[in-house]
Amino acid sequence: MSALDDRPLLVAEGLTKHYGQHIGCADVSLDIHEGEVVAVVGESGSGKSTLLGLLSTQLLPSAGSVRYRMRDGEERELLSLSEAERRFLLRTDWGFVHQDARLGLRMGVSAGGNVGERLMAVGWRHYGRIRAEAEHWLDRVEIARSRIDDRPDTFSGGMRQRLQIAKNMVTRPRLIFMDEPTGGLDVSVQARLLDLIRGFVSDYGLAAVIVTHDLAVARLLSHRIVVMRHGRVIETGLTDQVLDDPREPYTQLLVASILQA
Amino acid sequence: MSDAAVYNFAYLDEQTKRMIRRALLKAVAIPGYQVPFASREMPMPYGWGTGGVQVTAAVLGADDTLKVIDQGADDTTNAVSIRKFFERTAGVATTTHTSDATVIQTRHRIPETPLREGQILVYQVPIPEPLRFLEPRETETRRQHALEDYGLMHVKLYEDIARHGHIATTYAYPVKVDGRYLMDPSPTPKFDNPKMDMCPALQLFGAGREKRIYALPPYTRVVSLDFEDHPFEPTKFDRGCALCGAEGIYLDEVVTDDRGGRMFVCSDTDFCESRCTPPRTAAQGLNEVPR
Repeated sequence: MSALDDRPLLVAEGLTKHYGQHIGCADVSLDIHEGEVVAVVGESGSGKSTLLGLLSTQLLPSAGSVRYRMRDGEERELLSLSEAERRFLLRTDWGFVHQDARLGLRMGVSAGGNVGERLMAVGWRHYGRIRAEAEHWLDRVEIARSRIDDRPDTFSGGMRQRLQIAKNMVTRPRLIFMDEPTGGLDVSVQARLLDLIRGFVSDYGLAAVIVTHDLAVARLLSHRIVVMRHGRVIETGLTDQVLDDPREPYTQLLVASILQA
Repeated sequence: MSDAAVYNFAYLDEQTKRMIRRALLKAVAIPGYQVPFASREMPMPYGWGTGGVQVTAAVLGADDTLKVIDQGADDTTNAVSIRKFFERTAGVATTTHTSDATVIQTRHRIPETPLREGQILVYQVPIPEPLRFLEPRETETRRQHALEDYGLMHVKLYEDIARHGHIATTYAYPVKVDGRYLMDPSPTPKFDNPKMDMCPALQLFGAGREKRIYALPPYTRVVSLDFEDHPFEPTKFDRGCALCGAEGIYLDEVVTDDRGGRMFVCSDTDFCESRCTPPRTAAQGLNEVPR
């Protein structure tokens, strides 16, 4: 891990988003370093997804800025990128895993086609090589090669999420955004998915921002945690520290409301 | 032909033709780009060539000679009625001979006789957007065109190979125009794709229901998309025309009886007739096949 740059990968400053009179997210500042997993937790409506949208430039902020260190080492203000550059970034150096796999996958296109899409978008034009790469990534996410020509609508929920991850990993992104990636999955399937994500983080030095309302997921995956309430960050710190010794009353409430099995 | 007097020349009013010509000029200036236009209701149903008819009406002059083909044939309902339509409303000369025509409106074929400079080929287009079945949002496909973001089209070809072992798209085979725009060549068979490349004639495409016009100026590069290890191949036939014996042309399969009898004949009727002795005609041709 010595090759990692000391500078943060992504720096958000004063991110604010208003929906009319309502506040989606107010004055959020956040650094993300290479190989670091940051969990954003909070109850429904606390602005988690808005923050994810702002960080990934899918939403335009009302105020604030997001800087990103590109692969060439140059830091760029994301809002100043052209739309073409932003799209390119979003599907090469970034990944996005949705809670609902139907948003992240083409349900009418085979698993191989889904994984190959990013490659074809960046100019791969050799069928055999695209397919070999798709097989490699299906292996990595533990989907049988024999399913390569099956459509994701024949896949189980857990497989769909793993396919989404394969689809994103194929261009070796450095930063991946996940919106409730384990939502709606049963516990054993969740565990397998979390294991997989952890493996990618350590193997590829992947950085991730994971939005979740599940503190167990945050504890298992993330290095740092950001607690949000009413659109504001109320507490942030190392995951274990925040979860074991929460400072804010609201965080204490969150932690206390986990069912102990 | 007293009817001609009650219609404006070529049916459409002058303002409408002017609007269409403006769209055409823009389309010619940006080869392969779909220009929106205010498509009019025409006295025929959508799907019968309302886009092509409007483009033809806009480019037709009094001294033009018009040919209309439908799947290569001059004698099918669609071709005959559009030809009659312009005979009545514009009083222009019509022909079935490709080389005599100055404007050719076509549905799904390019004539076998090579086109020359000065000719205009007008295509009827049902769905102008090549990405439509992969991406239903018009806002998104427009953005993809604007950003030249065409990876999705290869996903379609990838799916073909994954499913069938080869690129199974045989018509409406996507092309890249002048190294820039992705274009649907209308549902012409992929056999005709190479004819679009560097064609000396002006090629105009009209989609009436979808309200889009696009164009290929003469001598424009038109490249069919493919993979390095699965290159584009035009359809090949293992036989010649049963009537005129021509080879290397596009054939139609014709069922001749109810006992499984069939024959393969030129889809381009004009081309076939010009080669047959005695000439093949619409009425007798198929019945008089020597067994």
